[in-house]
Amino acid sequence: MTMEDVRQIILSILADIAPDEDISSIDDNTKLRDQIDLDSMDFLDIVMELRKRFNIEVPEKDYEHLATLAGCVSYLTPLLKDRQLAS
Amino acid sequence: MRYDTIIIGAGLSGLAAGIRLAMFDKKVCIVEKHVEIGGLNSFYVRKNRIFDVGLHAMTNYTPKGVRSSPLGKLLKQLRFSHDDFRLCQQDMSEIRFPERSLRFTNDFEFMRQEVAEKFPDQIDGFNKLVEKILTYDALNLDDGDRLLSRPVLESFISDPLLIDMLLCPLMYYGNAREGDMDFYQFVVMFNAIFMEGFSKPQGGMPFILNLLAEKFKVLGGELKMGNGVKTINAKQGTVGSVTLENEEELATEAVLSSMGYVETLNCCQPEVPETDACERGQVSFMESLFVVDREPRDLGYDKSIVFFSTQPRFDYKVPVDLIDISSGVLCCSNNFQYPEPLEEGLIRLTNLAHFGKWDSLPRKDYIAAKKECRAKALDALFTFFPDFRDNVVFLDSFTPKTIKKYTGHINGAVYGSPQKIKNGKTPVKNLYICGTDQGFLGIVGATLSGISMANLHLLR
Repeated sequence: MTMEDVRQIILSILADIAPDEDISSIDDNTKLRDQIDLDSMDFLDIVMELRKRFNIEVPEKDYEHLATLAGCVSYLTPLLKDRQLAS
Repeated sequence: MRYDTIIIGAGLSGLAAGIRLAMFDKKVCIVEKHVEIGGLNSFYVRKNRIFDVGLHAMTNYTPKGVRSSPLGKLLKQLRFSHDDFRLCQQDMSEIRFPERSLRFTNDFEFMRQEVAEKFPDQIDGFNKLVEKILTYDALNLDDGDRLLSRPVLESFISDPLLIDMLLCPLMYYGNAREGDMDFYQFVVMFNAIFMEGFSKPQGGMPFILNLLAEKFKVLGGELKMGNGVKTINAKQGTVGSVTLENEEELATEAVLSSMGYVETLNCCQPEVPETDACERGQVSFMESLFVVDREPRDLGYDKSIVFFSTQPRFDYKVPVDLIDISSGVLCCSNNFQYPEPLEEGLIRLTNLAHFGKWDSLPRKDYIAAKKECRAKALDALFTFFPDFRDNVVFLDSFTPKTIKKYTGHINGAVYGSPQKIKNGKTPVKNLYICGTDQGFLGIVGATLSGISMANLHLLR
């Protein structure tokens, strides 16, 4: 998976979690929390979606890496680089 | 086959918890003893008409786009869009006492203005109370805060009439305690009713319930209807399985029960010694529904909901007699902003009632008492409001006994025990509770209860 693939995956998770939000306007380097009102319950959802879709565990101490879209991509790409994008 | 979680009760909290668990691929089964879903917020059919029970209105209305509100959180967590719920806002509601009336809408500034006009010497205190409410953390799941409302209100407001008028709707819509109300519960209900407000889903309770049940099933959840839990098998303080009324035994890693705290412990086998948090709820209601031959507003009923007291002081407690006709709630379903008017006019009248008195009546007397109490309640109402008796085309009533029968709540206590178990824990390790006795009340509250207990105990 490329960085762009990972980015698209995060966006699709966010679209699932917040169906009323305009995901296309998300800025990669601004905190997600400030753009689409994510709270701690929602971060739990992101983490659980990652577990469900890719069987990866994000330990609680690493949640800070998921604060921005760019942060998510750089944290998750190494973990997902050997995976194929499901067709 | 072993379930990750068995959820007891297909009410809003159970369905919401089920959705959360199924969403993350847990093997989950909801068992419901009744043949309809919904629990305390359900519906029934009489003469081809569908009537909601429990639902006068949904509290906690916030518009689309507000995410941090209880409704916003609920929608996000269950992954619904605001539009999916088809919510129609109220027109205007009222608190009516003998000498004074306060109107409110879904715009809190309107109510603030009403207080300023009707109670000019209290508005400063009222504003300070609002400040306190805004900064109070009522959703903290830690137990221990036992602050009551009246002393807090008295420290801001010196007119007892205003205190009673503020308490009246909040108590009727969510107070399990007689006489006073836990302050955190007051804050929750103040936000839910005055700061946020009322709406009704187009299609009523069946619509919302089906939406949740469908989502649960699509996500792979299993729903067993008409087959209640007989025992929760908890050897050495750990649940291993539940046995249903038909003797079927289901193995499970955990149980989340919405039956009520004491009701849940009563099902445990071997018996669980009762803990100190076992106060039984007493507060229940009689409700009558009147289908009328025209729009309620044409009969002089133009408010969405009216909370009234025919006496200068409002007393929220279990009456000595079958019902208390000196206060009540009047709801006109038609006076919500539906895109199309409802087919028929519907007026509901709710009064406090005494479970024990109703329960001990023989069948014949019970039917007669329903009729008599309904007539008495109307007489009291019509000292205050226009008479609609000649316009009634269909009527029906239910009592605390009916509520007990369909919900299993001890004493037909609609809001459960006054002692809430906010963290959802029981003396049994993997047995948790959600719903009424966990402490988030109302439709939005119950749903959030299921969500937060699933998140806290069963998903991490």
